[in-house]
Amino acid sequence: MIEIEQVSFAYPNGVEALKNVSLTINDGEFTAVMGQNGAGKTTLVKHLNGLLKPTKGIIRVDGVETTKTSVAALARKVGFVFQNPDHQLFSETVEEEISFALKNFGFTEDAIEKRITWALNLLGLTQYRKTSPFMLSGGERKRVALASVLAWDPEILILDEPTIGQDYQQKEKLRQFIVQMQTQRKTIVIVTHDVEFVAECNPRVVLMKDGRVVADGEGRAILTNPEALAQSSIVLPQIAQVFSQLSPLGLPKDVIDTYEAKELLLKTWRRLK
Amino acid sequence: MAVIETRNLTYTYPNAAKPSISGVSIKIEKGEFVLITGPSGCGKTTLCRCFNGLIPHFYQGELKGEITVAGMDATKHPTYEMAKHVGLVFQNPENQLFALSVEKDVAFGLENLGLSREEMRKRVDWALNLTGIYDLRERSPHEVSGGQQQRVAIAAVLAMQPEIVVLDEPTSFLDPLSAEKIFEVIYEFNKKLGITVVLVEHRLDLTAKYADHIIVMDEGKVCFDGEPRGVLSREEPRLIGIGIPKATLLYQMLRRDGLSLSNTTPLSSQELSKLILEAFEAA
Repeated sequence: MIEIEQVSFAYPNGVEALKNVSLTINDGEFTAVMGQNGAGKTTLVKHLNGLLKPTKGIIRVDGVETTKTSVAALARKVGFVFQNPDHQLFSETVEEEISFALKNFGFTEDAIEKRITWALNLLGLTQYRKTSPFMLSGGERKRVALASVLAWDPEILILDEPTIGQDYQQKEKLRQFIVQMQTQRKTIVIVTHDVEFVAECNPRVVLMKDGRVVADGEGRAILTNPEALAQSSIVLPQIAQVFSQLSPLGLPKDVIDTYEAKELLLKTWRRLK
Repeated sequence: MAVIETRNLTYTYPNAAKPSISGVSIKIEKGEFVLITGPSGCGKTTLCRCFNGLIPHFYQGELKGEITVAGMDATKHPTYEMAKHVGLVFQNPENQLFALSVEKDVAFGLENLGLSREEMRKRVDWALNLTGIYDLRERSPHEVSGGQQQRVAIAAVLAMQPEIVVLDEPTSFLDPLSAEKIFEVIYEFNKKLGITVVLVEHRLDLTAKYADHIIVMDEGKVCFDGEPRGVLSREEPRLIGIGIPKATLLYQMLRRDGLSLSNTTPLSSQELSKLILEAFEAA
């Protein structure tokens, strides 16, 4: 469980990035933190693995305060994948990149080999095993960064903008992977602008603005609330846009799923005919 | 008149086992707004690097076939000459910003064009305002956020007003509303000044509506090339992993299940809603 209690944070230059944020994230929960650029999303999640420590307030991960433990100790439990993969990658080959943390955590040679193979396969990177990460495309580098963290199987996974530069198939794989992680009761927190991806996953959504949490609830409810989204510079998912424009037909407005949308429209259509 | 034309273009990076693009033949007309899309790693970025001569001059490797950009053979003219005609916004803004202030970064390209001081001042302020970063002009480009860096990179290229602007996922770090505003700026730039825009994007839900022409790539090859409604109404682009707009997808699903919607494939929610309302009124 992650407990965030009245946390404020100011950067050394005086910018107050978090203002009295309180939030509890339960084990096995899938949460999307959304909001405009500069709202404090990345600052917030950097607190969850101790990269940043609150100026005021307390953060506990499984009961342990982040100020009373090291980032290294937290890392085994909390895996963090950065927004920009170039901030994370440094090895000569994809394989070395993935094995680095595993070696540090003291996994056996045998286990390391198995985990590398598993992670490469999961993210469609097997063919690049011996390639330099810097020879890969932006989207592929992003997946290498993700593979290197998934390999050590942390209980809590934090993904900062995981869908940037990913095509539809990769996003679909990521979604399926998240579903699979949820069945293993892993806690997942993503920071994202990708409304269409969030609409497909329908997680809990925490909406931020100017360092504060301004809305918190089920994805479907928040993603179909135009006022809440507009103040955080998020647009409605396309299906929700369609349903908000179809108000003359008296259809519900809280629709984000394409299949549900199709069924609703066909039902109304058949009734009219 | 084609402003970019490639014939059988094939390129292999140094030490790579196979080509990143192969047999690419495309034609981009002057003033078009072109969207290039395709699965991650399909060669989109590589193709863009050919447009201003970064390939082969900077990246070396082996380039075969022909490429003409703004009337020049890109394999013969050095990148600094090509850059006067083709502005490129990279995927990762950090790779392109280097000056001590945002303003200086935006002015740099203009200094090289040999413009007068007043003209430079005017263009820099225009581009800073257009991209919403006028207030950041004194800041270091390396201490602003990823999304703001992307705006700086876009401003720097727009300020030069080159004949062709190539943008490689230019708004990936921006929130959706800010991204939409930037796409609108680029669209206006294209329509008002007649500047050719080549945009690389995965998020067709945000961008398909602006395009006159869409090129879909897969595994280094061009697999669809044409008018967006035609290309996106097909089944195959979705099968190779193209995220076609949800409104387009819903339209296809409704038609397949017997809802009689007009046969103009919608590219945005507004277009789809209009079609649905028309069909329901008729019924």
